[in-house]
Amino acid sequence: MPNPTHRAERVSAPEGSVAFEADVLVIGGGPAGTWAAVSAAERGARVVLADKGFCGTSGATAAAGTGVWYIDPDPALREVAMANREKMGGYLQDRRWMTRVLDSTYQHSNRLADWGYPYPVDGRGTSQRNSLQGPEYMRMMRKRTKQAGVTILDHSPALELLVDDDGAVAGASGVRRQKQDRWTVRAKAVVLATGGCAFLSKTLGSNVLTGDGYLMAAEVGAEFSSMEFSNPYAISPAFGSVTKTLFYGWASFTYDDGSVVPGAASKGGRSAIARALLEGPVYARLDKADDDVRHHMRVSQPNFFLPFDRTGIDPFKDRFPVTLRLEGTVRGTGGLRIVDDSCATSVPGLYAAGDAATRELICGGFTGGGSHNAAWAMSSGAWAGQGAADYAAQVGPAAKRKLSSAGAVAFRSRPGRAFAPAALTRAVQAEVFPYELNYFREASRLQGALGRLDAAWRDVSEADAADRSEIVRAREAAAMLATARWMYRSALARQESRGMHRRDDFPDQDSRQRHYVTTGGLDEIWTSARPHAEASYAEAAE
Amino acid sequence: MIEVVDGERCTSCDICVNVCPTNVFDKTDGIPVIARQGDCQTCFLCELYCPEDALYVSPFADQAQPIDIVALKQTDSMGSYRRAVGWTDETSDRRSVDRSYLLFGH
Ligand SMILES: Cc1cc2nc3c(=O)[nH]c(=O)nc-3n(C[C@H](O)[C@H](O)[C@H](O)COP(=O)(O)OP(=O)(O)OC[C@H]3O[C@@H](n4cnc5c(N)ncnc54)[C@H](O)[C@@H]3O)c2cc1C
Ligand code: SF4
Ligand code: SF4
Repeated sequence: MPNPTHRAERVSAPEGSVAFEADVLVIGGGPAGTWAAVSAAERGARVVLADKGFCGTSGATAAAGTGVWYIDPDPALREVAMANREKMGGYLQDRRWMTRVLDSTYQHSNRLADWGYPYPVDGRGTSQRNSLQGPEYMRMMRKRTKQAGVTILDHSPALELLVDDDGAVAGASGVRRQKQDRWTVRAKAVVLATGGCAFLSKTLGSNVLTGDGYLMAAEVGAEFSSMEFSNPYAISPAFGSVTKTLFYGWASFTYDDGSVVPGAASKGGRSAIARALLEGPVYARLDKADDDVRHHMRVSQPNFFLPFDRTGIDPFKDRFPVTLRLEGTVRGTGGLRIVDDSCATSVPGLYAAGDAATRELICGGFTGGGSHNAAWAMSSGAWAGQGAADYAAQVGPAAKRKLSSAGAVAFRSRPGRAFAPAALTRAVQAEVFPYELNYFREASRLQGALGRLDAAWRDVSEADAADRSEIVRAREAAAMLATARWMYRSALARQESRGMHRRDDFPDQDSRQRHYVTTGGLDEIWTSARPHAEASYAEAAE
Repeated sequence: MIEVVDGERCTSCDICVNVCPTNVFDKTDGIPVIARQGDCQTCFLCELYCPEDALYVSPFADQAQPIDIVALKQTDSMGSYRRAVGWTDETSDRRSVDRSYLLFGH
């Protein structure tokens, strides 16, 4: 049992709010956040975890489930696992980080087995650990988080960070949307595990993922990396939300008239589907799956079949219309820049994990086909939790620090116009959803979109504070707007095609651009290039 | 999107109100109401957690659909996701039948 003195303490707060004192505050309760919370608590920290939704069902993993980059510690197998993704990722991965993540994922998956996760056993009696059922996994993570002594605040979106006089991050505040009050957590360190940004595209489980953590971090000066790798689109039935793409590897894709879409495939041919969708409807049929495969599919991903079973479609026999939904940085690789092995960001006291952080270190510029994201979420979560706990242990008594709120947009009272979150959201979506803008990128189209997005930012910066009932929506809309601007600014800076980033005007990979693009800022967005680790290690050795 | 909270089956346990990640339901003195249908992300998780099979999420993500509850209850749709993932007593052996490892790398 956790020692009761290691629980975060509820402290007195003004009417209409609740307040806690903690060592570590974790924002977001998906795999990254729950691993961070458990790991910080195991280091002796008093931890609060706040989730916008419900820790256990919220986020991309809970709804979708994930393949996991789980590889036995056999050097030959590990070498293949690392090597076979490097080309796809545009050679931006870092072998040292890949090795760390493989080790850590192996350990954490084995812990899940010890905790009773029902891994399947194959015909030879071997437990198979490279897939996690989302609801099952996250139900278990919620339970373990509670057992570790963590205080969980559900339905409690964080809205802004707190900083001390030196600019170090020291907590956050938000609202409890089912209780209509506010929460504040004073903490010595904060882990952002708010997931990526999928722009409310309804890709499975992702409508809670609006880039809120990015906005909060940018307001305290944090930097981002690889934000140009933010344009994965996932296949789903045109009417539905189930963007699980593995099984489309057994599909054939056709036009309205029944003829085959040339080059279309789930893997390595998705852009052909996007181009065809620009012309008209595209249909899929999983007609390459034999009876055995069909059976395995049904038992492995039951939710894949819900849209079909409930509309009377037999996906193996009938053609059904498909679409591509934007997944942004959820299955992209951009996010907060990590500056050391403990997943610290460039701001003191602030750590990042999972999709909130960049996954460039293990994925480079591409994550399609999955499994790396899940491995990264558990590994970076644990490192960030430990790092934050260790940092907190060195900070003096929290009570002595004077804290201020860092949130700006949607909080400042202005004589100007009212803040209109719904209209702003639609305006951002109009710039990031279209395949011709985001899937297939080109300088003048990107500049056009950026012009409109920058104007929208100036507009909301001058708008009045959002109404209390709309503050969550307003901050989400502002976060999506800021994310779109970092994405496109970085996309303009990378004048080549690499990973998932495709430029019509620079169709080839350019060996001189094997670097990372860093970005940041809110009113003015900047970008700069950082050398790839191999290059900088080489320099350091000289 | 979520379409149905079946008043005949619902026991007002409010689990769905708690677990819905996008806060679609509101508590009432009786059975919960679908207060913000437009916020539903069609993730099917409320169905998974409802112990009474009283909820139905239509697979149409972008548009509300009229539902004939009498006809719906004659099908086995309500609770089908829970049964498929092994979250009912009768189907708990399905929790460990994931065969993804045979499908990866295709
Ligand atoms: C359909 C689909 C299939 C996928 N399949 C795979 C796969 O097979 N393999 C793989 O490796 N990856 C896969 N991924 C990606 C994987 O799901 C993510 O990388 C993973 O969920 C990241 O974990 P996370 O904890 O960082 O974020 P999430 O699981 O998304 O959790 C983020 C949490 O933060 C909370 N949050 C957001 N904003 C706030 C706020 N302001 N305040 C408080 N809390 C907040 C959310 O409510 C949520 O609970 C898939 C993604 C999708 C969408
Ligand atoms: S979870 Fe099911 S039984 Fe409980 S309140 Fe919701 S609908 Fe009713
Ligand atoms: S399907 Fe998901 S988002 Fe919709 S009501 Fe149910 S739990 Fe909420």
